[in-house]
Amino acid sequence: MNFTLSGSLVTLLSERNIRIVSVSGVPKTLCIPVQDWSKVAGLLKREDIRLVATWAAQEVGEGFTVHAAYAKTGQGYALLQTIIGEDASAFPSITPHYIAAARMERLIHDMFGLIPMDHPDLRPWTKHEHWPSDAYPLRKEFATDTDMPRSEGEYPYIEAEGEGVYEIPVGPVHAGIIEPGHFRFLAVGEQILNLEQRLGYVHKGIEKGMEGRDAFSATRLAARVSGDATVAHSWALCSALEQAAGIDVPPRASSLRAVLCERERIANHIGDIGATCNDAAWSFMHMQCQRLREDMARLHKDLFGHRLLMDLLVPGGVPCDLQPSDMAILQAQTRTIADEMLQLYDIYENNTSIRERVIDSGTIAHDDAQGLGLLGYAGRSVGLKTDARADAAYPPYERFPIPLATCPGGDVAARLWLRFEEIQESARFLDNMLAHMTEGDTRCAWAAPEAGATGFAVIESWRGEIATWVRFAADGRLDRCHIRDPSMINWMGLELAAREVPVPDFPLNNKSFNCSYSGQDL
Amino acid sequence: MLRKIFRSGTITEPLGVAGNNIEQLGARLSAAVLRRFRGSLAIRAVDAGSCNGCELEIHATNNPYYDLERFGIHFVASPRHADMLLVTGPVTRNMAVALKMTYEAVPEPKLVVAVGDCAACGGEFGCSYATAGTVADIIPVDVVVHGCPPTPTDIINGILISLGDDIAHD
Ligand code: SF4
Repeated sequence: MNFTLSGSLVTLLSERNIRIVSVSGVPKTLCIPVQDWSKVAGLLKREDIRLVATWAAQEVGEGFTVHAAYAKTGQGYALLQTIIGEDASAFPSITPHYIAAARMERLIHDMFGLIPMDHPDLRPWTKHEHWPSDAYPLRKEFATDTDMPRSEGEYPYIEAEGEGVYEIPVGPVHAGIIEPGHFRFLAVGEQILNLEQRLGYVHKGIEKGMEGRDAFSATRLAARVSGDATVAHSWALCSALEQAAGIDVPPRASSLRAVLCERERIANHIGDIGATCNDAAWSFMHMQCQRLREDMARLHKDLFGHRLLMDLLVPGGVPCDLQPSDMAILQAQTRTIADEMLQLYDIYENNTSIRERVIDSGTIAHDDAQGLGLLGYAGRSVGLKTDARADAAYPPYERFPIPLATCPGGDVAARLWLRFEEIQESARFLDNMLAHMTEGDTRCAWAAPEAGATGFAVIESWRGEIATWVRFAADGRLDRCHIRDPSMINWMGLELAAREVPVPDFPLNNKSFNCSYSGQDL
Repeated sequence: MLRKIFRSGTITEPLGVAGNNIEQLGARLSAAVLRRFRGSLAIRAVDAGSCNGCELEIHATNNPYYDLERFGIHFVASPRHADMLLVTGPVTRNMAVALKMTYEAVPEPKLVVAVGDCAACGGEFGCSYATAGTVADIIPVDVVVHGCPPTPTDIINGILISLGDDIAHD
């Protein structure tokens, strides 16, 4: 992990005469006086520093802490926190500076009952209207298995105004084999004026469920934060745990983790390219992509024992290994699949009817994407250079860097193009990685750290950067774990993209982002 | 494009045998009714809280290798057109009502297949303030397909077993 930004912020804040209460822990956390919390955010925003995540934690006998992680391309990451004393329950919201914080702070409000002051929209988020209003699940005194009584209430949606504007409510159960969520469109004629998302339907209490688990059990849960990114989520949690424990995994373990993660990227990109085309009624591409994805799943079953690569990462490394003959098979299949995707790209590029649907559909402006901090291929397809593999330079990417693919378009076509491109980049990476695999162990012993140890790690999943923060309690169990799936931010990107899209083109826009409901709802 | 279609050929395979992951709960519908469903069954998929891993494998049942449609089984967009609900996930508190309403919207007679360990027993998520229980705690279930996630072969076999088909087990 690259924490160069921490050092730069110490200098920056002292130049601006902002007191830093303390700099402590590994990784270094800068503690800021609560009254300066939002002011600091404003300062960082003006320096083009990106907000990664903000979350809260309860402190033993000392009230609460609110945390934030920031990042800057080329300088890596920095962690900040502020202490809210026991008799206080509010902190200054950073949402006026960082729009991406809006839902994260609503979540802090839902789960801890802390109030982000000056937050422009403090409606409940994951806490649906039937929850008791005084239930704060992430407080320590709230038992995991609390049976919450049902209460009544109604969620205040944004209302339609103006002549000819009508509402189209959709979901939570959608027409298709997809996750649940509620969308409310305000439309005029065929055009969407505004999309409002209401999520939280698949909230399973993952963060609370992490508390009290040991490292191995926590990793199994992390593997199920979002099934389509099971490798990346397990990797992010394992890295955070290992950092807290001061463990460096053997190089071969990192290499294998990257092999799994890039295969996961290719499989999902292929699946979504097909599904996006299918939403534009082009089933040829869908069937071809489904075939290739199935080929990958079958090889994963043969080589690793699981079609979706679940539970293949453990704290300390990887519990499996690849024989040279397996590596040759994996290399050969990756090449074949990449070649087939090149052929399919040619067919796609020459198909005018699909091109007409995707070009200029759901365009996001570069500045909007940057202001939001849009992640992953969605961000890169509007010219942003955010990629945790480069920004955090975690092994093995510090030795085997992946060239960053970007393009300026910002529309469905650009998002599709970038995914075609990333398949090729990942395939080249895998070819190289598998040819230069370091010999040695794939796993080292796990030894849990002392109570209070923290870790923060990011992993670039196929969807974008996952950020995971952990803190240990006694006996090697977790005291608190925060997971920020890229969907937490990218869902808001879809809201931006959907404006002025005709209603029938919404599904293909939605698919071009393919945000995770489970990853955002936790 | 045509060349690619010819080169790819037909790759659909005979259905594989079921693993030991399928559990039939008490029969609710008569053989006569089930016979009517065979050959033309409409399914509505409902994610009641899954991690989306199960959805990936349900999708795979439609890929050219498994080609669920050859059994006369297809997915529909509305519960009102469905004969069967295919339900995944530990049922979350936030989805319990929507699941119940979807079930009620399916016309009688109807079948329910619960897919995945989460749907069967809560899986890795277990019981918490955020979950309302297993699928069978919320609506009547005919067949449970275990696995995390279950394979496409098991999902298809689970559906066929719920229709009263005898399937060879391993
Ligand atoms: S059974 Fe496994 S794959 Fe299916 S929803 Fe549960 S955790 Fe995800």
